[in-house]
Amino acid sequence: MRWATRAGVHIDRAACAWLIRRHLDPEPEFVFVDDPAAVPADATPFDMRGAELSHHGGDCSFETILRRYELDDPVLWKLAEIVHEADIDDERFDAPEAPGVDVILRGLSMICDDARVLEITGPVFDGLYEFHRRALLLGREPA
Amino acid sequence: MEETLTGATGQWVLLAYRIPRQPSTLRITIWRKLDRLGVARLGDGLVALPADARTREQIDWIAEEIGEMGGSSTVWLAAAGSAAQEKAIAAEMRTARAAEYRAVLEQAEAAARGRPGERSRAVKRLQAELRRIGRRDHFPPAEREAAQRAVRALADTGSGADTDAREVAR
Repeated sequence: MRWATRAGVHIDRAACAWLIRRHLDPEPEFVFVDDPAAVPADATPFDMRGAELSHHGGDCSFETILRRYELDDPVLWKLAEIVHEADIDDERFDAPEAPGVDVILRGLSMICDDARVLEITGPVFDGLYEFHRRALLLGREPA
Repeated sequence: MEETLTGATGQWVLLAYRIPRQPSTLRITIWRKLDRLGVARLGDGLVALPADARTREQIDWIAEEIGEMGGSSTVWLAAAGSAAQEKAIAAEMRTARAAEYRAVLEQAEAAARGRPGERSRAVKRLQAELRRIGRRDHFPPAEREAAQRAVRALADTGSGADTDAREVAR
């Protein structure tokens, strides 16, 4: 399937792309556009104004996708808190990882193109997921 | 790569919006969100920020939210008609931030006279407050440096040798 989002990806779009690949579509093709009108007809837009899979009612796009596809894995919702705070920063959640993740993504967007950012951040989100999966199982921070 | 230096003269992103009078909580929600971004209020339902990738995106999402709550808005990229007007708006924004930094400075100084436990709680709170102000500080005033120094000093009084080493290195 094809998925489209705005060029110049930051935390929310990178996290959505990871979520799509892990849970919705094992072989996604991502298209990056500068103008919403440039989204190909066969592509599903995300994190763009006017798209269903976007910010809604105070949620970031990552949270919207979790709701829309009924992904109720508590570890994904934990990551959602981090993405939410890194993206919207409204202090709705306590996510101390957020400022760090935000800076890393902003820095990456300065040195690589969008496809490369997704390539690099894939394992980063895998790691965040695994860390929080173990934390949830243990009920404390894993070693 | 699309980054611009905030504070450089030039492009601004403007949001012209209308929100239904009732319920007033919606108006307040949007008002608070705009405050967090440190917008300049140019008039009734018209706010502005120096344009960069981040501010444009932030304004876009607020515009979207206004639409979802039954209001209407348009987003514009604009330049001031004269450098003097732009300077006046920037000065207003700088003054607003300066007052916030001064409040942090005063609280840091007050906390320095408090007990150690209170001091370390104050450090956390003031560091978070500095980050919050920093994110909406588009034209940094001189007070920023003083506030940062005061909070750093407060943090240093509470801890031991390795902070001293860091202080020497600085």
